[in-house]
Parts: sequence; C-alpha cells; structure tokens
Amino acid sequence: MPPAVLLSKVSRHFGAVRAVDGVDLTIKEGEFFAMLGPSGSGKTTCLRLIAGFEQPTHGHIEIFGTPMDGVPPYRRNVNTVFQDYALFPHMNIIDNVAYGLMIRGIGKTDRLRAANNALEMVALPDYGTRRPSQLSGGQRQRVALARALVNKPKVLLLDEPLGALDLKLREQMQEELKVLQRKLGITFIFVTHDQGEALSMADRVAVFSDGKIMQIGTPQDIYQRPQTRFVADFVGSSNVLPPEFVKSLTGTAGWASLRPEAISLGTGETHIATVTGSSYLGGCTRVGLALGGLRLNALIPAGQPVPENGSAVGIGWKPEELHVMEDTQ
Amino acid sequence: MTVSATPSPHLDHANRALAILPGKGGITGRLSDSFWRNPKLLLILFLTPPVLWLGIIYLGSLFALLAQSFFSIDEFSGLVKYELTLKTYGELFRPANLDIIIRTASMAACVTLAAAIVAFPIGYFAARYARGKWKALFYIGVMLPLWSSYLVKVYAWKLILAKEGILTWIFAKLHLTWLLDAWLAIPVIGGYSLSVSYTGTFLVFLYVWLPFMVLPVQAALERVPASYIEASGDLGAKPSQTFRHILFPLALPGIVAGSIFTFSLTLGDYIIPQIIGSSRLFIGQAVYAQQGTAGNIPLAAAFTVVPIVIMGIYLWGAKRMGAFDAL
Repeated sequence: MPPAVLLSKVSRHFGAVRAVDGVDLTIKEGEFFAMLGPSGSGKTTCLRLIAGFEQPTHGHIEIFGTPMDGVPPYRRNVNTVFQDYALFPHMNIIDNVAYGLMIRGIGKTDRLRAANNALEMVALPDYGTRRPSQLSGGQRQRVALARALVNKPKVLLLDEPLGALDLKLREQMQEELKVLQRKLGITFIFVTHDQGEALSMADRVAVFSDGKIMQIGTPQDIYQRPQTRFVADFVGSSNVLPPEFVKSLTGTAGWASLRPEAISLGTGETHIATVTGSSYLGGCTRVGLALGGLRLNALIPAGQPVPENGSAVGIGWKPEELHVMEDTQ
Repeated sequence: MTVSATPSPHLDHANRALAILPGKGGITGRLSDSFWRNPKLLLILFLTPPVLWLGIIYLGSLFALLAQSFFSIDEFSGLVKYELTLKTYGELFRPANLDIIIRTASMAACVTLAAAIVAFPIGYFAARYARGKWKALFYIGVMLPLWSSYLVKVYAWKLILAKEGILTWIFAKLHLTWLLDAWLAIPVIGGYSLSVSYTGTFLVFLYVWLPFMVLPVQAALERVPASYIEASGDLGAKPSQTFRHILFPLALPGIVAGSIFTFSLTLGDYIIPQIIGSSRLFIGQAVYAQQGTAGNIPLAAAFTVVPIVIMGIYLWGAKRMGAFDAL
C-alpha cells in the first residue's frame, strides 16, 4: 500500500529564497496531517507543491505511488480548500459546489443532486441559490469545503481554512472537520500557524521552520518531547533551559524544555525565583519568573493564589517534566 | 485624599481644556467644524459646479440638438419647420442613409470585437505577471499612442498603408505580395490599396481605440484573484475551461466597458474614414455634412440619435446576458 502523499528531498526555490528546502515527508492514507509553522516557514508552499500549483525545483512528489512530475493541478485527484475560500463570485452557491462535476461533464440533474447532498453535509442545505457575497465567513468556509469534497478527492488540502473565522466559530469548525474526516476517511492535509489547532485536530504534525521540517510526530510527541528549541518554543511556548543550567540539575549538558504548566509554585520547592509580572488568562494565570539570569513562564490554575509582583517564591517541577532535547546547535 | 461631590467651576474648566483640543480658530477653523457637523453641505458645495456643467451646458445642449430631430426641413426653402414630426426619422431609412448606418455599425462591431481579442492577452499579461518596472512599461506602452496627436497618427497610418508604403514593401520582401493582392481583390473589404479600403479604415480604428479597450480589461482582470484561477484548475478545469467559465465572465464587465468606448468612438468618428478608406460616408461624416454644408440640422440631429439608440440596445442586451453580474 503506497502512502497517500510522498515527498522526497523536495525543494522549491524562488530566486535566492529557499521556500521549501529538502523536505522528506510520508503521509499515510486516511491520516489527518497538520503542517504547522510560522508565516514564511514553507508550509503553504509545500501544500501548493502537492496541489500542483508549484513545481518542485528539486526532488519529487508521489500521490498514491504515482509520480507527479509535470502533472498539472487539473489532472491530480486532490482538492484544495483555499485560505480566501476562492468561491466564484459570478455563480451562486450550488453552481460553485457543482463546478468540479460540471467540468467533468456530469449531467445537470446528477451534479445538482450531488451538490445539494454536499451542502447538506456541511449544514447549509437551503443556501444553493444565494451568492457567495451574501454568506458569512463561516458559511463560505463550509461552501468551500463542500465544493472540494463533492469531487470525492483522495486527498483534501486545507490552507489555513479557519484563519479568518472568530474564535468561537473556529473551535466549532475544528470539531466538525475532525468528525467529517473520520466519517469520510479521506486524507486531510491541513496547514496552520495555530499550534492549538494543529494539536487538537491532527493525527500527526510536521513543524516547519525556514523551509525545513523540524520535527514530525503525534501531537503528544511534539508537545511533550520537542526535539529542538524552535519546536519547544513555537509549540506551546515552552521554557527553554540552557545546557549549563540543565547540567547543574541532571548532570547531562543539553538544551531542555520545561512546560509552563509543569512548574509549581510553593514554599516547599527547591528554587527561589522572583516574580516579574503576571497576566490573567481566564482559566489560568501566567506568571513571569526570574531565576538567576533565566526568564521562565509558569501557569497557575484558576483558584490558586497569584504571588505579588517582585516577591520571592519557591518554584519546582518533577524531574521527568524536564525534557532534554537532541538540539545540539 | 478627599473627593468633593461637585467639582469646582474652576476644575470643570480645566477638564474641558483637557478634553477639547484648542481649535485653529479663524474662518477656516469654523468652516471645518460646520462641514464636519453637516457633511451634506460639503457634498453640495463640491457637486454643484460639475452638475451645472454636465447637466446644463453638456446634457442641455445635447437635448437641444436632439429636440431638433423632431423638426423637419422645408425642401423648397431649406428652412427648418418648427413642427413636431417623425418625418426626419423616416428619412434615416432611405437606402442611402440606411447604408451609412449599417456601414458604421458593422465597422464599429468589427473594431470592438478585434480590440477585445487583441486587448485580452495584453491585459491578462499586465494584470497577472507584470510587476514593478514591467507594469510601468505596460502603462506607458498602452498610453503613449494617446499622448501624441490623433491627426499625426492617422496620417502616419496613411503612409504605412499606401500603395508605396512600408506594408506593401514588407509583403514584397517576404514574397507575400500575392497574399496582399488576394486580400485587396476581395470585394467590399478590398480596394486599390490598403489606404483606400475598409481594411485600412478598420486597422486604423483598431490602432487608435485599442488603449480604451486594454485599460478596462486589464483593470477587470486585476481584480480577479489568482486563487480563482487556481481553484478552477484544482477542481479539474483545463486552462481553456477556466477561461470560459471563470476568467471570461469575470473580465466581461471590463470588456463591456471597453467596448462602450471602442464602439461609440467608432460610431462617432468622422476624421479616420475621411482620410483612410473608400470615400463612402460614416455616421460622423454624415452628421458633419448635414449640419454644415447641407444645413439640415434636423437630419444631423436624427443621425446623432442613431449611436445613442444603438448603444442603449447594446447595453440592455449586455445586462440581460449577465455581463454585469460579476460587478
């Protein structure tokens, strides 16, 4: 069984800029895969390479075992949900959804029935006659999803599809996308810069930085066992501890990550730190701490007393929470 | 620290000074304030001069001319009879006049169609690929012909198209004289040389009005995000299908806008057909002749109504076909 998508040593250069730089990636069939990274990290270019909007400068791409060298987007059995949704403004919703079927020459009654079913699946059954401009952002997002899924693609690519939605709607759509993916069993490849989104939705996550993949793994792997300082910092804003400090604690020198929520505050703890500030986040409070020359963040659950600014507090953590990384730079 | 329940007048004054910044004062300051409070006042002030100009001087004189078309001319005295009649419009349908109308409208339609076909790739390139200095080069290239004198361009074309001109010479050098001769041998569009044929008139019209088609088409294509084209391809459409279903419908308002220019400018022009082409009249020349030498103002006015009616029908048809749906 070949993988759904295979990238081997894929690079895409724009002049001197290496947008994607030697990426190796295997995505299994039926997987919900997230590409996570800050803007400019190459994750969207990677998605566009799979869709066929870009051609790799080096390396090659296979979809279900078939090489994609020189295959144009319209001959690839993948569909994309665009960041700006890219709904055609001169067509109504039903014609937008039925577009792919119309192009394939499927008869009017059949394609309208399929499009209506797809709209029902995304809970917009009576919106067929409206124009994209008459829909809200969340509704357009669903239409874009229906327009892609109606073609029954083998792989669905999603380019920051929830980026333009407000928080409440985004959380709801995250849940719905997950349910939909499990139901349809289609491989989803999802690009996002929101680590919470990647962790909550994906089966596996690839973290991108500067056109390279820093780490691939399950959300638990990425969050609890980051391999590089970049991953530790970008995914969940972990505290990164320098080798000298780590050596004084564990005996082995190396960069280590320590989750903010793993730090506990109290009188019985081993280290004494100074409180440099605090911000109330609702469910918890983030407290800034200075420990010698180190800056740390700790999260205190709601209900516990928050120490005053400038006061000295005891801090500590369980030894297993300190994760020494492979990062040697 | 104690807080008094009622602030002292002195303190109140100080607070006011904090909350309201000192004004500029003077007449301009007061004017700005009153304009801000009554935005309509400013709008009226700005709109009155152009409305007077467009409404009274321009449209008013146009309607005065059009009103003339409902009068007729006394064939014996040559004087205008100020009685409402449709007789002058009836004259438009005399074979000689109908010929002029059909000739002009067909020429305008051909020029518009050709301009759209030539302008689309230029506009597409400029909208999609040209950036920075290439974009500047595009604008200069398209606009440059508009900056030089219209008459100079037309006479330059007269030389280019002449029997002894550069086009004949190029055809000879390429051993294609037979092709040119075959083309000129075609009835109606051919003639003794390009400069006295309808083909010549067509080429010059196309050249002179092309910028008016390129610019709106380019502006329309500029507003089509690249993601629409990608989405269409992603959904399985070949480039030709994307053109037919996405690009063309979205560019159509621009093409219609451009065609309004090329069509009406061709309908009204009276210089190009006079200098280049067969000596048969176009509407513009007919208007010129009727209101000048012939002194038949009613017929000239009736001829003027023809392009307006044609454009009206054209726009109505374009709207019905959904040309403005993408706006």
